[in-house]
Amino acid sequence: MNKNNLILYIGILIFGLAAPFIFPAFKVQLSILCILIVLATTWNIQGGEMGYNTFGNILFYGLGMYLCASVQVGMFFPLAEWTESGGEKTFVHTPTQFFQGMAMGLVVAAVVPTIVAGLIGYAILGLRGHYFAICTLGLGVAAGEISGGIEIIGAGQGFTTPPFPNVGGLEARGEFFYFLSFIVLVLTFITVKAIYSTRFKLILNAIRDNEDKAEAMGIATMKYKIIGWMISAFFCGLAGGIMGGLVGYIDSTDVAFDGREMGVFMVLMAILGGKGTLWGPVIGATIFHIFKEGFWTFFLGWQYVALGVLIVVIVIYFPEGLMGWLREKYPHRFGEVVDEADRKAQVEIK
Amino acid sequence: MDFLVFQYPMITVQACLDGILLGVLFALIAYGMALQWGVMNIINIAQGDLVILGGYIAYFMYLYGIHPAWGVIVAPIIMYFVGIAIYKLVINKVVDRDLFISILATFGISILFMQLMNFAFGADVVLANSHYGTTMLFDNNVVLPNSKIFSAFISILFAVCLVIYMKKSKLGRAIRATAQNARAAKILGVDTEKVYAATFGINAALCGVAGALISITFTIHPYMGLPYTIRSFMIVIVAGLGNLPGVAMSGMGLGVFEEFADYILGTEFRIGSVFLLLVLILVYRRFKLSRKREYLK
Repeated sequence: MNKNNLILYIGILIFGLAAPFIFPAFKVQLSILCILIVLATTWNIQGGEMGYNTFGNILFYGLGMYLCASVQVGMFFPLAEWTESGGEKTFVHTPTQFFQGMAMGLVVAAVVPTIVAGLIGYAILGLRGHYFAICTLGLGVAAGEISGGIEIIGAGQGFTTPPFPNVGGLEARGEFFYFLSFIVLVLTFITVKAIYSTRFKLILNAIRDNEDKAEAMGIATMKYKIIGWMISAFFCGLAGGIMGGLVGYIDSTDVAFDGREMGVFMVLMAILGGKGTLWGPVIGATIFHIFKEGFWTFFLGWQYVALGVLIVVIVIYFPEGLMGWLREKYPHRFGEVVDEADRKAQVEIK
Repeated sequence: MDFLVFQYPMITVQACLDGILLGVLFALIAYGMALQWGVMNIINIAQGDLVILGGYIAYFMYLYGIHPAWGVIVAPIIMYFVGIAIYKLVINKVVDRDLFISILATFGISILFMQLMNFAFGADVVLANSHYGTTMLFDNNVVLPNSKIFSAFISILFAVCLVIYMKKSKLGRAIRATAQNARAAKILGVDTEKVYAATFGINAALCGVAGALISITFTIHPYMGLPYTIRSFMIVIVAGLGNLPGVAMSGMGLGVFEEFADYILGTEFRIGSVFLLLVLILVYRRFKLSRKREYLK
């Protein structure tokens, strides 16, 4: 079993490294897929394992996006003049400046959201159930509306991120962003897998199943909730920073703090794949991305209608997701021992 | 950001009156929210989109030459059936389930409605002009559009009618019984399925009235739904379920808060301040409640 797993992981790693050369036309899509998987996986730490259904991880994503771009510009040029000049750039990054700025920006984009999550965590994570859901929804929308009013980061007219410098040929930009997002994806997956094999995951599950009892058993639940959220924030911030560079344009409500798209996507992907599992969000994100791109391409204009219907259908008829369905069908594959007699007895009662 | 409010006291009066008239409308929407939350244990994110849909009904009457004020009668009737349809298609499958399921499902409905309205009515900001003129108060220092006074009056009228209906009628009693204990009500012969459908229909009808009034007094736009949902949610959690005077008071309070936020911070931060206020209220509530808990810190 263990050996098979190792082969599987190495296979996926090799496929991931070779993917941009096998599908050269889909480099941007593959990068977005990596980002989506990161977002779904980190959402799963809250929504799946901890039972705190957040709409607020979009806050860290958007924060990371703005911070990365601001640092990248602000390190070398005055930020206010950059945003004022809009599309017609008066400043050009040299390749060294671009990569230095990107590296520095990603560090800031990862660290600051983590600190923010730690600071607001004590206040927000004390809320329970739907209050938490609505509060985080409000947080995301508020961040979008407020950042849309701040002049220095472009306010309503948006923020153009520095264009990729002219090095390494035509394919360089796509490959750069693909490998960047793939590295973040691998880092996220390793971190999450490591977390899920420790006591930390059991504590998160205890919080999900019954928080009061977990507290009564002597677990300082608040501490673990905040740490969990900080881990999510770290990777959401990184993902946001990369996405900002990839898209090339940041708008407060339509790209960065896009609760109506990205904020719902991450919930939907995790639920589609099966929340509370390691592989669920990965599979869910892949299926969702393929479906979404198909729909966005062939039925342009109707995509939100399809999205709305999809949400309703998944939530009502498929709340356990793909992994949940598989688990019900083949329980022994998931390491569950099933008593045949007991199962038959249950069927008879029905 | 200017502080005219503090220099000219009349602006304060203006903001307060505007806020109160606006708050009455919010309270009407929140009343519908409280109704369905109390009876069905559902948080409807699509509430605001139902409001906007009601507004478009009034707007279309205006386009075809009928006075938009008649929308107050027509919109609730149409919206009642829209509400019943939504209930039959989606809501009846999420009533007994986890609250988050209902939040997510209605979020889906909200996105669906937003986009369908965008297709059907276009993405322009529209308003239905009622030609009601304005009222001047305090030596013409305070200007109140008559349409706002009209809308507040109609909202109060509908709220009072609904309260009386809830108290006196057979369906009203069934709704209140179901809200208290759905299982006991079922045992005593109340068709809870019908009650749920009627509750959602009444909620949608209230949204229709509010929407028609909003299209007369303010503007409507397909994507403007979510703030109304958040406002009504906020009002309900401040007031508590089943506390009607509380809903009215906190509705007006929110209206006044918004007008002042508009004057002091600027219009671009208006919606942002509403959402921020929601977060602050929830956090305040969390600390207030946590004092009563006796678990380890």
